[in-house]
Amino acid sequence: MGDWKTITVPVLSSDSKNIFHYTSEKKISPPSMNSQVLRLPLPSSKSMHSFFSAFCTEENIEQSISYLNRELTTLGFPSIYAESKGQELNLISIINCMNELLVLQHKNLRAQEEVEMQHLKLGSDMDHLQNCYAKLKEQLELSKREIVGLQERDRQLQSKNRNLHQLLKNEKDEVQKLQNIISSRATQYNHDMKRKEREYNKLKERLHQLVMNKKDKKIAMEVLNYVGRADGKRGAWRTDKTEARNEEEMYKVLLSDYEQRQKQLLVENAELKKVLQQMKKEIILLLPPQKQKPKERSEDGPVLSDLEEDIGELNKENMWELSCETVREQLTNSIRKQWRMLKNHVEKLDNQVSRVHSGALNEKDVISREDHELETEKLELEIQQCKEMIKTQQQLLQQQLMSPCDDDTTLLLQDCYLLEERERLQEEWRLFREQKKNFEKERRSFTEAAIRLGLERKAFEEDRGAWLKQQFLSMSTDYKHSENVTTPSAFLGSCDQDNQLVKSTSQRKPPCMLSGPVSGEPCQTSQYITRNSSSAASKKPAGDSKPNQWVESDKEETE
Amino acid sequence: MYKRGVVQVWSLEQPDWHCKIDEGSAGLVASCWSPDGRHILNTTEFHLRITVWSLCTKSVSYIKYPKACQQGIAFTKDGRYMAVAERRDCKDFVSIFVCSDWQLLRHFDTETQDLFGIEWAPNGCVLAAWDTCLEYKILLYSLDGRLLSTYRAYEWSLGIKSIAWSPSSQFLAIGSYDEKVRILNHVTWKKITEFEHPATVASSKTIVYKEVEKSPSVETERLSFPPTRALASSLFSTQSKYDVSQVPVSLQHIKPVADRANPKMGIGMLAFSPDNCFLATKNDNIPNAVWIWDIQKLKLFVVLEQLCAVQSFQWDPRQPRLAVCTGSSKVYLWSPAGCVSVQVPMEGDFQIVSLAWHCSGDSVALLSKDNFCVCYLEREEVK
Repeated sequence: MGDWKTITVPVLSSDSKNIFHYTSEKKISPPSMNSQVLRLPLPSSKSMHSFFSAFCTEENIEQSISYLNRELTTLGFPSIYAESKGQELNLISIINCMNELLVLQHKNLRAQEEVEMQHLKLGSDMDHLQNCYAKLKEQLELSKREIVGLQERDRQLQSKNRNLHQLLKNEKDEVQKLQNIISSRATQYNHDMKRKEREYNKLKERLHQLVMNKKDKKIAMEVLNYVGRADGKRGAWRTDKTEARNEEEMYKVLLSDYEQRQKQLLVENAELKKVLQQMKKEIILLLPPQKQKPKERSEDGPVLSDLEEDIGELNKENMWELSCETVREQLTNSIRKQWRMLKNHVEKLDNQVSRVHSGALNEKDVISREDHELETEKLELEIQQCKEMIKTQQQLLQQQLMSPCDDDTTLLLQDCYLLEERERLQEEWRLFREQKKNFEKERRSFTEAAIRLGLERKAFEEDRGAWLKQQFLSMSTDYKHSENVTTPSAFLGSCDQDNQLVKSTSQRKPPCMLSGPVSGEPCQTSQYITRNSSSAASKKPAGDSKPNQWVESDKEETE
Repeated sequence: MYKRGVVQVWSLEQPDWHCKIDEGSAGLVASCWSPDGRHILNTTEFHLRITVWSLCTKSVSYIKYPKACQQGIAFTKDGRYMAVAERRDCKDFVSIFVCSDWQLLRHFDTETQDLFGIEWAPNGCVLAAWDTCLEYKILLYSLDGRLLSTYRAYEWSLGIKSIAWSPSSQFLAIGSYDEKVRILNHVTWKKITEFEHPATVASSKTIVYKEVEKSPSVETERLSFPPTRALASSLFSTQSKYDVSQVPVSLQHIKPVADRANPKMGIGMLAFSPDNCFLATKNDNIPNAVWIWDIQKLKLFVVLEQLCAVQSFQWDPRQPRLAVCTGSSKVYLWSPAGCVSVQVPMEGDFQIVSLAWHCSGDSVALLSKDNFCVCYLEREEVK
């Protein structure tokens, strides 16, 4: 930057200092400021005068002129002397030289300005770069410090990680140790338990022996009022046959259980297969028909035809009765294939729908909307027509109803309906009254029968007592024997009559149930009597009749 | 009469018949009927032997080395076979007897450490045998003694607490000490699902019925002195009713003491409904609640939250109706239609400790310490 060219002017004798001073001043001053440079010519005009006076005085005119000439010629300017005469000056050339010098001066000034500008720019660039450099250095420092910090953290975390790993390993080892301890303790406890158990068993054996020894005296089972079994059988003995029978029965039980389970599983299987078949058919229906692009057709075609063939075959063979592997696999594979096709189809439709939604096919929308509107209009028309028809029909109906508009006919009609209903009600009333009468009659007869039976029973008991007394008192007389034989038979006869009565009443419709508990008693007492007379046959009908009665009563109640 | 070693039997149909069985010095620990009602099985003291007394033939048979465990004797539902758990030389065995003639059908050993209990499936073809609570292990044997399958859920923690078969023999529910119920299916004997019993019920599809006390309404005008019996009982007994609580509901959870044996935790009670649709469970950690699970959907259906700890519950043998008792004088009934709390109309305290349904499903016997009463349920008339 500091390339200062100080042109050493050949030092003249007297004014050298001044000149030198001035030229050096002149050179030094420009870099400080532009304005000073610009201003320089102006004040220089004044100083030029002083400069001229300094440089060229009246004494050294010739010398200064020759000096100037020399300088100009060295600079390349034409000489200022006229050609022929040595001392005469060429004014034109002087002026030209001056002009040239001025131009040169201007050029130099401009060049100087430019250089100064550049200089300034470079200086500012330098400043800028220096600032940047300083900032970057700071940043570098900062980032270096950060890196160091992060490295520290990383190291700390790694060490923590290692510690945790170590802890985990320690914990695992401890757990393993504890488990080992537990298992060893468990085995020790088991061993001790077994030892104690063996001791205990020994004690039990000893006790058992003692107890068995004392058995005969104290341990016994007393049964008071032993009731013999009805058929007098004893407990069965244990033999090999019974063992075999038991085994057989056990296996039968097991087998029946397995068979039941297998049946259930078969039924479930069959149902599931049916469901799968249905699903298959429906999926085939859902799949697109073969109208579409040939590409798709080529894909669907053979598959569909295969499927149809499959369906034909499988239906022929009555598929769900076969359960072999291949058929099962075929079914599941075919369903999977079709499900995949259906999925693809649905995805395609979804794409189409999304494409349609995103614009593009407006015409279709318009057309379809128009179609919709036409259809809705048609439907509305139809609805209106139907409504009108309904209205007209209603009117006609009303007219028909009202047209025998005379009061008499309407009254007659109403009367007809009422009469019908009244007649019906009267009939029902009649029936009801009849039934009520019947019930009353039967109730009365039942009570009478009950009273009679009670009386007869008392009489029978008395007679029996008397007969037994007589038997005890007189064992030999035949006459009395024959008398006593007839009386019980007479009573037996009456008992039979009562049985018949019970049977007949139980077979009729059961008013006894409806008329409450009063008639219930005769039924029950009749049962009791029949049981006491120990005719096994009568038990059953009485027993059966009672449920019959319940069933019939339910029927009546529902009606 | 366990202390005297005497068993007395009366007949309901013939009141004159009476039987007395005296075990004498052998002592008596347990006694039960055989399913045909003709034999009585007595277990002597220290489980020395089981004596089978026949009531018809007065004959005696002995079963040696029975095991001293909670459920050592099990009868099949049809009463044909009896399984007895035995232990000889520190090994567990199971013997299967035919009940008609008490003949030994099968005798096989089980791979258990310490057999805890055996139970037949309702179809009589599968026998479940499970190990002590120190080992979670349940073994399934077929009627002819073959091992069908073994199931172990986990090791080391306390294991099985209770099991229940579903009435169709399709499912086997296992309740364990880890507060879970695992359900095995009868085809593969593998777990199909597990039910958890957390202290907070959060699912919005379950209904939670909470028992709340309802202050008794007494009309002050009717008060008379001395107070009538009915009035006195109604004054001193608190009525209660059920309210539906909003989920999420948090239930009272207790943590048992860790250093005691047989801790009160885990699933202590399990019962399937007779139509196979519901499973009722009780988690001993949450003693006031009964959990009812829907088996068709394998989800929690209803939770009943009571005021006191639940003592026992039992399903009606005919329909899906559950009766619950909690030691208070009320019996609680739940059915899919709703639930109701019924006060026992007795003067004084009647604390119901257990209950038993009649096999027709029409009545329930409610037992307290010294008394019992029978509760009849009206049947809806079919019109």
